[in-house]
Amino acid sequence: MEEISRNQPPSDIRIAPELHTREITLNMGPQHPATHGVLRLVLELDGETIVKCTPYVGYLHRGTEKLGENRTYLSALPLTDRLDYVSSMNNNIGYVVAVERLLGIEPPERAKFIRTMVAEMGRISNHLLWLGTHALDIGAITPFLYVFRERERIMDLFEELCGARLTVSYPRIGGVRNDVSQKFLDDLYAFTEEFPGRIDEYETLLTVNRIWLRRTKGVGVIPAEEAINWGLTGPVLRGSGVRYDIRKFAPYDAYDKVEFEIPIGYNGDVYDRYMVRIIEMGQANRIIRQCIEKLPKGPITIDSPFTLPPKGSLSRRDKERFNKDYYSRHFVLAKSGPKEAPQGEIYVATEVPKGELGFYFISDGTGRPYRMRIRAPSFVHASALPRLCEGGLVADVISNIGSIDIVLGECDR
Amino acid sequence: MFENIIRPETLEPIVRSVINIGIILINIAIIVGIALFHVAYATYFERKTIGHMQVRLGPIEVGPHGILQPIADGLKLLFKEDVIPQVADRTVFYIAPVIFFTAAMTSLAVIPFFEKFVIADINIGLLFLFAMSSLGAYGIVMSGWASNSKYAFLGGLRSAAQVLSYEIAMGLSLVGVMIMAGSLNLSEIVKAQQTYPLGLYLIPQILGFGVFLIAMFAETGRCPFDLPEAESELVAGYFVEYSGFRFALFFLGEYIGMFIMSSIAVVCFLGGWTVPQFILGIPLIGDILSKIPNIIWFLLKVYFFIFLYYWVRATVPRYRYDQLMAIGWKILIPVALANIVITGLIKLWVKGMI
Repeated sequence: MEEISRNQPPSDIRIAPELHTREITLNMGPQHPATHGVLRLVLELDGETIVKCTPYVGYLHRGTEKLGENRTYLSALPLTDRLDYVSSMNNNIGYVVAVERLLGIEPPERAKFIRTMVAEMGRISNHLLWLGTHALDIGAITPFLYVFRERERIMDLFEELCGARLTVSYPRIGGVRNDVSQKFLDDLYAFTEEFPGRIDEYETLLTVNRIWLRRTKGVGVIPAEEAINWGLTGPVLRGSGVRYDIRKFAPYDAYDKVEFEIPIGYNGDVYDRYMVRIIEMGQANRIIRQCIEKLPKGPITIDSPFTLPPKGSLSRRDKERFNKDYYSRHFVLAKSGPKEAPQGEIYVATEVPKGELGFYFISDGTGRPYRMRIRAPSFVHASALPRLCEGGLVADVISNIGSIDIVLGECDR
Repeated sequence: MFENIIRPETLEPIVRSVINIGIILINIAIIVGIALFHVAYATYFERKTIGHMQVRLGPIEVGPHGILQPIADGLKLLFKEDVIPQVADRTVFYIAPVIFFTAAMTSLAVIPFFEKFVIADINIGLLFLFAMSSLGAYGIVMSGWASNSKYAFLGGLRSAAQVLSYEIAMGLSLVGVMIMAGSLNLSEIVKAQQTYPLGLYLIPQILGFGVFLIAMFAETGRCPFDLPEAESELVAGYFVEYSGFRFALFFLGEYIGMFIMSSIAVVCFLGGWTVPQFILGIPLIGDILSKIPNIIWFLLKVYFFIFLYYWVRATVPRYRYDQLMAIGWKILIPVALANIVITGLIKLWVKGMI
């Protein structure tokens, strides 16, 4: 009823009876340059004003959760790469942290630091891509190419680290796949020295740009209370002024051993979300440096029935025994998963660049999850789009989609 | 009957007019050639400029430094399939790019490239340019309507509103120039500037120049006012359904439009083809620079503005629709009106002096 009454002209305006106006329905996506993948929005427009916005998701549904039920805990890891393919490292880590919590194991200290380091690299890489595409959507074409220059270096570093650039599958349950090389650490350190200057460069183009301010200030405002009610997390929630970051409040890996600050916004508009992410990149850079400086020596995986034995430097005599042990355990793990997996259910959330990525497992003790559920931040954020867009203009839809930073691979799972 | 034609006094005017028509045709051919060549290499210039601003190289593969890239692009567009949507209004769909392109090309007729080199030296040159640029908006609106696509439709509507609003600001910003020059003929405007400091209207008409500069970006639909073709919002705007050479016509029209706008700025504010007077004043360099042909000076000035287009495009984001309108109506038009009043008052006041 409300809907109808709102669309009718106010009674004091007299319109000829044969002339009536009505909204046009504009289908935006799933193939549209600004919907970041295959998001589909059905917009009802009154001129350029959005009367109603309905997001439709599911165009990239691949059944990741169901696939996870049919794989052992270890072999489901590469599926998580494909969730948020922009920051696959963080998804991997979110997954292994959850599985470790379920199995009740703890990775060694060195692995924790390496994971924290690469997770922050993933965060920088994600925020760089977000910045580039967000600015491109609003019409600034140059930052897009600047950020790819730096992102390329992170991709190269990932390649140096594990051989893959995008879908890394680097962490393992109980540690990481392989140790970091000295060259990698040197290159990464050189990158962290250079990167703050690069952030300044992006900021010169955007932060105080008059047009940028007019396009982002006061657009897509969501107050703190409402942001919590919508279930928003990550930079979107922090942009609204809520001090919530899982890295700080429920630390995993080595986040309790490094210093960093959580930037929070004030107005909860597109600009504040932009600033939060920009500052987060600087903080991520800071974390990486601390990780390199504090990186302890030691094994990179734990020796437990749930994991493969670490491939350290072994003597020739040990190697034979090791190989036997390794392959027999590998066979068991690959075939049926850890036999002694505890029964029960667990929900573990980690802070990925997009927000809170949660994994919920129901374990029946068979070595495969009975149910794997993924709480994808993109999905939750996409659901808040109508709240952000309605009443705004067509151009604001684009700003809003960019500012909530969604990846449809994760949203549709 | 025959005798009449053979008689020299009747023959001569015919020959003379034939020769005249021939000269005009040659002039037109030269200008069309220049314009098309310009468009081809303006795209190359744009891609190279923006490329280097964005820490990349721009076209590099076709020919040395990608110098043949525009030709390759043109050939590609020529050979592409000409897709017409089934639901499109065919007649209008055919006509729209032609109108847009013709309007842009026709404007070239009144641009004085250098002294005495202008196809139509008419006394309403400036008005003619406004008329043609308004006519171009019809092409855009028609293409948006005929495509029968919502994105194209929105793009067409945006463009119509934008061009109409900024046409007013642009027209008003040039009224100051008209008052000072006392003429609408572009060649006269250039000549009238010579009595002013530096030989430019830039200094006395700085307000008008500012308004014109902003309106010029909006009028051609370039960044930061490229809303009609905002890629991230409306995919490509009014020409989203066009392909092949019909698309190329829009593209050519847009680049010629940039050339026209830059030419108006040069003619009205920067002294057209003339050598800036402060350069002539410099002892040695002035002598050398004044030897450079006028056409080169004209093109240099025009290309400065075209470079400005690219520079701005690489730097700033895009305005929103309501903000664009607010700038046009709330800032530019009042400033332009104030400029007219100030110019008029000063003209009356100092009438005796000049």
